[in-house]
Amino acid sequence: MVSGAGGGGNDVQWCFSQVKGAIDDDVAEADIISTVEFNHSGELLATGDKGGRVVIFQQETENKSQPQCRSEYNVYSTFQSHEPEFDYLKSLEIEEKINKIRWLPQKNAAQFLLSTNDKTIKLWKISERDKRPEGYNLKEEDGRYRDATTITTLRVPVFRPMDLMVEASPRRVFANAHTYHINSISVNSDNETYLSADDLRINLWHLEITDRSFNIVDIKPANMEELTEVITAAEFHPHQCNTFVYSSSKGTIRLCDMRASALCDKHSKLFEEPEDPSNRSFFSEIISSISDVKFSHNGRYMMTRDYLSVKIWDLNMENRPVHEYLRSKLCSLYENDCIFDKFECCWNGNDSVVMTGSYNNFFRMLDRTQRRDVTLEASRESCKPRQVLKPRRVCAGGKRKKDEISVDSLDFNKKILHTAWHPQENIIAVATTNNLYIFQEKVN
Amino acid sequence: MSGEVEASTEEQQEMQDTVVSPEKAEEAKLKARYPHLGTRPGGSDLLRKRLQKGQKYFDSGDYNMAKAKMKNKQLPTAAAEKTEITGDHIPTPQDLPQRKQSLVASKLAV
Repeated sequence: MVSGAGGGGNDVQWCFSQVKGAIDDDVAEADIISTVEFNHSGELLATGDKGGRVVIFQQETENKSQPQCRSEYNVYSTFQSHEPEFDYLKSLEIEEKINKIRWLPQKNAAQFLLSTNDKTIKLWKISERDKRPEGYNLKEEDGRYRDATTITTLRVPVFRPMDLMVEASPRRVFANAHTYHINSISVNSDNETYLSADDLRINLWHLEITDRSFNIVDIKPANMEELTEVITAAEFHPHQCNTFVYSSSKGTIRLCDMRASALCDKHSKLFEEPEDPSNRSFFSEIISSISDVKFSHNGRYMMTRDYLSVKIWDLNMENRPVHEYLRSKLCSLYENDCIFDKFECCWNGNDSVVMTGSYNNFFRMLDRTQRRDVTLEASRESCKPRQVLKPRRVCAGGKRKKDEISVDSLDFNKKILHTAWHPQENIIAVATTNNLYIFQEKVN
Repeated sequence: MSGEVEASTEEQQEMQDTVVSPEKAEEAKLKARYPHLGTRPGGSDLLRKRLQKGQKYFDSGDYNMAKAKMKNKQLPTAAAEKTEITGDHIPTPQDLPQRKQSLVASKLAV
């Protein structure tokens, strides 16, 4: 029986906690959730959407009189991070969709996060204001200026409490460093630098400096006709500030050490799964493209997500299928473009369980220690408070058992691409197209 | 008797092939529907498309042609373009700022 600190494991029973977002089926493009991220303490949960907006939720401090009620996440702040732009020089339309949000570790009272669209990264400061100065000499309380001739005495303004106001302000804008589309950002453990990766290049930035960045990986071929692979994701090692990895559309992961040279085009280590050439098909390359790479919290393992599976790497590689039943549907998934969907993956707090999304609003939890997997569903039907989620089963073929869903009945428009796991507790945030579900461990 | 045994091993072999590689079966299906897909694996065409995402015009001549045609037209509902199309059914930059008309709050923040 695993308990406490993000143990997870599949003896955990998950139950519904909250759902955010509109119920109606007519989803506006702008409302499509494009990223979900807990901060380092798990107290804050940020989402980004296709409309360039960021919404931050805050976990309420626990109500001691009602221990059954686990704390809820309520809206803390929301702001427009990015806006649509048009690059006249290149005739390029730049979407405002937030591709990634990454939190900085907290250093003082304020919170900082990096948010990025295809071209520009912004550092946002989120700060609280719960007092304001009152008793100005030259101004009335409502801001109007007082007639100077009526002032006969001087007073010292004092701070008085006010209703909490949460303000988000852009502190840095890191622009014009990417010719191609940014897919990843990752804050270094040194808390001073971060990387941003696009299809062909990775840049290293200093958080204080916006007019300069260093290029550390460049895979652009001299002749673009020779282009065979692109960078799909990149991440810094959680503890080693000199180490980062990047994944490719060909299913390889390269580990790089910035101490080796300024330009890390030559990897220190290459990870790939040897392929049996007789198994190769038209789809092989597309489905081997890695859509996400994540280091475990302890930095000992790496997890990658490709179309049909999650792989956990160290010196060996552990292959965990996510939805293998889709292999016999690849033709239609190619026709409806679903084969290009980019799923993300995440680790629980103690690196014993990994989670990733699938179709039909299903998501999968893969237990590393017990090698058991479970499929759960984020749906409006299981929205009663503390309702326990029932495992789901997909029937790949043959006789469908009761309670199973057949592959052909799966709704491929209902995709869960983004999921996040609280760094310490068994609380997960799962984003369907336009709703955010929060589930937590059942507490007796 | 032996004829039957042979037939069933052949069947088994076929079943084996499809069971062993559902991917190959799917590939065959795809090739049957789109014979022009040819020998190139789903690689460089897709990479190029990915890198060109957001490209609206081929050159300034194209842009000016589109602008001239757009002068008297309403903004057409933009269809999802998957191929590298340029031409007169693309909104002009003057129309783009309309996208950020009212900054509507996210429904998650309600």
